[in-house]
Amino acid sequence: MTTGSLTAGRTRLRLPRRQIPVLATLALLLVMYGIGVSQYQAFSNVQVIFNVFIDNGFLLVVAVGMTFVILTGGIDLSVGSVVAMTAMVSASLLQQGLPAALVLVIALLIGPTLGLLMGCAIHFFDIQPFIVTLAGMFFARGMCTFISGSSIPITDGFWTRMSQERIGDPRGNFVSISVLIAFAVVVVAAYTLAYTRLGRNVHAIGGNPQSALLMGLPVGRTRIAVYTISGLCSAIGGILLSFYTLSGAPLIGVGMELDVIAAVVIGGTVLTGGSGYVFGTVLGVLVLGVIQTLITFDGSLNSWWTKIVIGGLLFAFILLQRLIGIRYK
Amino acid sequence: MNDTVGRYRAMTAHRLFWPAAVLVVMLAANTVYRPGFLSVELKDGHLYGTPIDILRLSAPLILVALGMTVVISTGGIDLSVGSMCAISGAIACMYISQQPDQNSLPVVLTALAMALGVALVLGAWNGVLVAVIGIQPIIATLILMVAGRGLAQLITEGQIITINSEPYRAIGLGHVLTLPLAILIALAAALLVGAFTRRTALGMIIESVGGNAEASRLAGIRSGRVIFLAYVLSAVCAAVAGFMMTANVSSADGNAAGLWVELDAILAVVIGGTSLAGGRFFLSGTILGALIIQTLTTTVYAMNISPQTSLLFKAVVVIAVCLIQAPAFRARFARRRSSAPPPSAVTDSPKEQVPA
Amino acid sequence: MTDSRPVLTMTGISKSFPGVRALHDVNFRLFPGEVHALMGENGAGKSTLIKVLTGVYDTDEGAITLDGAPVSFSGPMQATAAGVSTVYQEVNLCTNLSVAENIFIGREPRLLGAVRWGEVRRRARALLARLDLDLDVSAPLGSYSLAIQQMVAIARAIDIQARVLILDEPTSSLDAGEVAQLFRIMRQLRDEGIAILFVTHFLDQVYEIADRITVLRNGGLVGEYPTIELPQLSLVEKMIGKELDVLEGIEEHSRRDLAAVEEGTPLVAVSNLGRAGAVEPFSLTIHAGEVVGLAGLLGSGRTEVARLLFGADRADGGQVAVNGEPSGLRTPAQAIDRGIGFCSENRRAEGIVADLSVRENLILAMQAARGWLRPIPRRRQDELVEKYIKALSIRPADPEVPVRNLSGGNQQKVLLARWLITEPRLLILDEPTRGIDIGAKTEIQKLVTQLSDGGMAVLFISAELEEVLRLSHKVAVMRDRQMVAQLANDDSLDADRVMQTIASGTHREEADR
Repeated sequence: MTTGSLTAGRTRLRLPRRQIPVLATLALLLVMYGIGVSQYQAFSNVQVIFNVFIDNGFLLVVAVGMTFVILTGGIDLSVGSVVAMTAMVSASLLQQGLPAALVLVIALLIGPTLGLLMGCAIHFFDIQPFIVTLAGMFFARGMCTFISGSSIPITDGFWTRMSQERIGDPRGNFVSISVLIAFAVVVVAAYTLAYTRLGRNVHAIGGNPQSALLMGLPVGRTRIAVYTISGLCSAIGGILLSFYTLSGAPLIGVGMELDVIAAVVIGGTVLTGGSGYVFGTVLGVLVLGVIQTLITFDGSLNSWWTKIVIGGLLFAFILLQRLIGIRYK
Repeated sequence: MNDTVGRYRAMTAHRLFWPAAVLVVMLAANTVYRPGFLSVELKDGHLYGTPIDILRLSAPLILVALGMTVVISTGGIDLSVGSMCAISGAIACMYISQQPDQNSLPVVLTALAMALGVALVLGAWNGVLVAVIGIQPIIATLILMVAGRGLAQLITEGQIITINSEPYRAIGLGHVLTLPLAILIALAAALLVGAFTRRTALGMIIESVGGNAEASRLAGIRSGRVIFLAYVLSAVCAAVAGFMMTANVSSADGNAAGLWVELDAILAVVIGGTSLAGGRFFLSGTILGALIIQTLTTTVYAMNISPQTSLLFKAVVVIAVCLIQAPAFRARFARRRSSAPPPSAVTDSPKEQVPA
Repeated sequence: MTDSRPVLTMTGISKSFPGVRALHDVNFRLFPGEVHALMGENGAGKSTLIKVLTGVYDTDEGAITLDGAPVSFSGPMQATAAGVSTVYQEVNLCTNLSVAENIFIGREPRLLGAVRWGEVRRRARALLARLDLDLDVSAPLGSYSLAIQQMVAIARAIDIQARVLILDEPTSSLDAGEVAQLFRIMRQLRDEGIAILFVTHFLDQVYEIADRITVLRNGGLVGEYPTIELPQLSLVEKMIGKELDVLEGIEEHSRRDLAAVEEGTPLVAVSNLGRAGAVEPFSLTIHAGEVVGLAGLLGSGRTEVARLLFGADRADGGQVAVNGEPSGLRTPAQAIDRGIGFCSENRRAEGIVADLSVRENLILAMQAARGWLRPIPRRRQDELVEKYIKALSIRPADPEVPVRNLSGGNQQKVLLARWLITEPRLLILDEPTRGIDIGAKTEIQKLVTQLSDGGMAVLFISAELEEVLRLSHKVAVMRDRQMVAQLANDDSLDADRVMQTIASGTHREEADR
């Protein structure tokens, strides 16, 4: 070896360590599922898993968008409100008799537009993402109540069909169309992050934004793009939620950003950016879903235990990330 | 002396001028819209009127924001204050509701002491996570933000606990010397925090740690203790705010109490001129920020717009304040940027002009 | 080679910032197949010139041509695309990405928009092989040493068919072996016809590798010289702009009898203090009133010795005794309690608190030692601050101005004063004179002499041997993270001998002291 001492200069072990959080999440998921199956007979029903997906499809889509943002080291607090706003706008427009296709297009444009604006504010004026998306959160939530103070039901044919359509096997296990859409989003996102320049730039910016700039990467464009993507995912999530609830409610999704951030972190993405996987986020959302299902099955536990358990898991995973040496800045 | 005045002027011009101007403009606009807006009257020995209401209602936010200011100054953030309000309110109300004589002062004091004790413990938890284990503050406090709501609901068992206790109610609605007790408590807390930080060297040390943590360590500052203290202080402030919120309505709702107050508090701090990146902090600015937020809310109420819609206005204020304070934004208007490269979106096109 | 056409010319370049004229009418030429050193003291305008060249700054006046055609880059990215690549002192890559990706990110070979990872790895391997580097290209860059990361940065730069390669202080964090490796690569690239602009502070390196030298001073051009026609001494004179004897004002106090200070119990006695990966266990005694110089190349472990002694890093093993009492120096706060002060070489990151005022920066260490519950009374603060602003002639003399507004030299004085206020028994100064103007430098050197005359012990770290020799009673020599010798600074000791010790690493008889 010609380079002798230089090649020996590696300071740390190569890091399959980076995958440890994801593996831990997977193990946790399996354990929780195991507990469920051993405690409750009905838990072994495949439909239970499908229901987790059906109930959390919108959350998954939103979490995927959040993964992009967090990978760059940013944060998007506006997602819950944008989800609600999208659902509200859809419900309101449908109520006014606009055709479903047009409503879809409008609803899907609002989220990304807001995301684009927030991204521009973050990039051009160098304001912290936390504050900008906080403003976005206020704005979107304010828009919800501006549209209507109370919930608007959706009776549109397309929406009800999307809501009720069951894609399933002969034994009666089924998923909703929302689940398929969510999966499509996951696949597209995973591909984007792994195989496109945009995705790689996202990782690079999360690793070291100054370096990324000096390497000639389009830092500003990428940063604006991730908030736009998060806005788009929130919009899709909002549509899926309106499929699910067949209504638009001004106060739905309050605090959803916390669940989403928790899912992303539990899925192994480091909050300071640069390291994480969409697959991990899927696992994170599943963990949240299975916790809810377990608590529902138990019956004696109340819904607030969900929050306490999620908080505990957050703590455990953050501690794990520290222990294995993924550095927080 | 002259020097102090000069310095005060310089600081006002930099930090407090814009927030103060915004507040004045908002009050003026309100007065134009509703001429009686600023009138205050004395009834039964108590002052009444919209300005007094604004002061009274802003008291919890001022409290939370005071603690938040100190935490933000260390370079951290405390997202758990809203949950902390809910927990402290829930504990106090729960204890009082279980006692035979809810109006007894000792009972109320015991309840407050218990809730404060728990707040100290939870603040210490945040402090340990950040200062000892070294977890990024936004994540460390996120844990309690999520789990704390659950804890509050656990305490109240998901119910809204209603109490009928005059002494407790007084925390939110009582009057002393014609003024609402709440604003006096907030004022006292502000003076206390001010004295705590500025009469000791704590303030400077916090600003030093927030400004440059490593340099502070090498100057011999044991930053862990200071940061720990900041989170405990923030938790205590939030707990007292929680008492006020629950006292205002004589009931504790683990779900709704203190909801979003962390965001309002952060907003108040930022409006007040303290940088989210840490370093210099301005308690007076924070109080001004809290007053602006409450004036905004009251204005929206007065205009018969749905309270939720006030969020729209809040969004506008957030953006306006941040833009005014953002150096990049100011620079745009001062002169064209010369040092930074232009937005990268356009850098691809001129490539062809370069001879290859 | 100078008979060929220059690949790059910069003519009449001027650049001003508010209040500062950074460059004035500077000319610069770069020929294919040469290594051209850009020399100058800090503040001479080297980095401004590079930033103007790569488009980070616009020029106020002047023209740049590349291959004879006028160019004006809008930023480093466009400069890179045109064949002008820069490798910075701090490696500007993403340690969380793989080696291969760091080389190709932004220019990945793609098929229908999808990155071809196999192709990326294959090409990265080929490119690194050309530089004679054998790395696992799919490992995260962060798992390799800084030196390797620097080479990867060069690999990235040359893959873009760079014809001009700018190396901005690439050697400052490399050890001798790594520098040799870097130079081998630089020669190879030069022979391939690439023009290399090399910025460094190490004179020896300039004479080892550079073909020509351009010297800047105070934003102006001093001249362009073939290396062989410019002796070291005249280079230094041209850089500094004054005769060296400005510094002669400092008495040669180091020639005093070492035995006189080395009496009684040492103030600080270190035995076998060490830390894996930072510095091998070393032993050292420092007496009251003694100035101990720490010599060695950058990265030889000088700073690490200081940090261990101050408790800024935890030692793996060994003991420190202060005044004969064993002391665990595990944190800076403990070291300060024992009367030790430490001025870090990294002023900006580890020294000043930019937000705070001069006054607050001055009293910070003293206040920290008292604890936050016992604030220093304001009147006492003002007295202290006034005294030290005067004593060290800190400018501007306004105690309430934020320290960020001060020049580097004045910031350094603020740091010095911060420690002097605590009246330490041992003051550790890590490169206190780096990057500050010559006047401030002289003042600081004089101050060190005064302090030691007053009975304070000083551990003085500097890259400049002359400075170390002028001030120290004894010189400890570092090499490859080992303390290889401790030399009494008597008449027989000169820079050559220290250099030899650094180069050879052999112990002398004095080493047992």
